[in-house]
Amino acid sequence: MDINVLLEYLPLYGEAFLLTLRIGWLGILLSFFIGVACAFILYFRIPILRTIVKAYIELFRNTPLLVQLFFLYFGLPKLGFHISALSCGVLGLGLLGGSYMTEALRSGLEAVEPMQIQSALALSMNKRQIFAHIILPQAIASSMPPILANVIFLLKETSVFSAISLMDLMFTAKDLIGLYYKTTECLFLLVVFYILMLLPVSVLGSILEKKVRYAGFGE
Amino acid sequence: MNEILVTEHLHKEYEGMTVLEDINLTVKKGEVVVIVGPSGCGKSTFLRCLNGLETIQDGRVLLDNEVINPGRKNLTKVREKIGMVFQSYELFPHKTILQNVTLAPIKVQKRDKAEAQKEALALLARIGLEGKKDSYPRQLSGGQKQRVAIVRALMMHPEILLFDEVTAALDPEMVREVLEVILALAKEGRTMVIVTHEMAFARAVADRIIFLDGGQIIEEAAPDAFFTHPQTGRAKKFLESFSYEKK
Ligand SMILES: Nc1ncnc2c1ncn2[C@@H]1O[C@H](COP(=O)(O)OP(=O)(O)OP(=O)(O)O)[C@@H](O)[C@H]1O
Ligand SMILES: [Mg+2]
Repeated sequence: MDINVLLEYLPLYGEAFLLTLRIGWLGILLSFFIGVACAFILYFRIPILRTIVKAYIELFRNTPLLVQLFFLYFGLPKLGFHISALSCGVLGLGLLGGSYMTEALRSGLEAVEPMQIQSALALSMNKRQIFAHIILPQAIASSMPPILANVIFLLKETSVFSAISLMDLMFTAKDLIGLYYKTTECLFLLVVFYILMLLPVSVLGSILEKKVRYAGFGE
Repeated sequence: MNEILVTEHLHKEYEGMTVLEDINLTVKKGEVVVIVGPSGCGKSTFLRCLNGLETIQDGRVLLDNEVINPGRKNLTKVREKIGMVFQSYELFPHKTILQNVTLAPIKVQKRDKAEAQKEALALLARIGLEGKKDSYPRQLSGGQKQRVAIVRALMMHPEILLFDEVTAALDPEMVREVLEVILALAKEGRTMVIVTHEMAFARAVADRIIFLDGGQIIEEAAPDAFFTHPQTGRAKKFLESFSYEKK
């Protein structure tokens, strides 16, 4: 491995890293909002919307991200919606992640003991107060492990963005290999940067999980 | 005319099965009414009808002459006057003890946070748990949790307190610490409706005993009279189930 090559490519990878991170986090943020909204709709069994949410979940959980991205990137313009590659990446990741986040949060919501709600009712709290102060915090805490698993999964999924010519890590690696054939160095940097992106999430995640997990209250 | 809680011809069904039949009960201010009866006779259901956690099919429940009925808009307002303590404590696991007891006063009654906390600390001190204010429920013993649950109910300044077998889930050595808190409340003149399987406690705390069986009030009597001379065969049989004899 040539250290000079590594140093030479480093800035390019750095840029790609930042872009990947940006799309990744925006997409994950979006997926979280979609997840909360959809889980809310499923939990309260809101008619019509509930059917739409269920169809959405099935659709996005059962198709690869690559296909979803192609649809958004090449399909939407044909329908008259023009959207940049970057928004397309964020939207794609957000929609895919949203379907997974919905499931994670929904199971968390359903895990809240009915008696907890009864005791909140007996304290004359109204529905909104019970949802905000009793149900949601407990649901988020108990769905923390799947949420974190989803975050890591989604960050890894960013590697397919190169397909819609976003200059992400994967794209940069493939591009450089194609141009200069420094395969070893390029792949090494690719792995390093992905680890750099995911390791902090993993570590931070497990700390966070311990802190908020249901069983962890008061440890 | 100092009655707080009245039920008139209360009738409750679950999916067509009658669980409570024609229950007429009046609880006066300062009175302690203890409900006893075999398992499944409808005691919990009755308490839950009193604060509108259950719908009823016929009759009515009145608190301070206001009808309690699930679905009525003012239900949460009327409920503020009724405190309830459950067998399984039901403290909120994600909140500290202090947060548990001040949540509803602050959010529901919009009371000043500092003032609510001050009162909470005074009440926690009375049960010897002020040192636990920043602990989480899971760090407390069952008896401690149940006493906190009582404080949580008291924090709403209810006019009447409902207790549903609040010692049934406790280890025997913790039963007394909880019952003593309730006895102290009775001495203060609190109005209470208590469901319990602790017969010695029932006799000590009650002004009146209601014996419920098969969803009906079978006997209603002063505690000494009920425990020494039950009037019905069913009550006799029920009380006998608590004594042991070597055969
Ligand atoms: N949610 C429900 N749906 C259907 N039936 C119910 C429900 N809750 C209670 N019941 C039935 O109503 C009857 C009364 O139940 P309840 O819990 O009020 O009895 P209880 O006197 O409190 O008994 P225990 O001493 O065991 O607590 C029982 O036959 C029970 O099976
Ligand atoms: Mg019961």
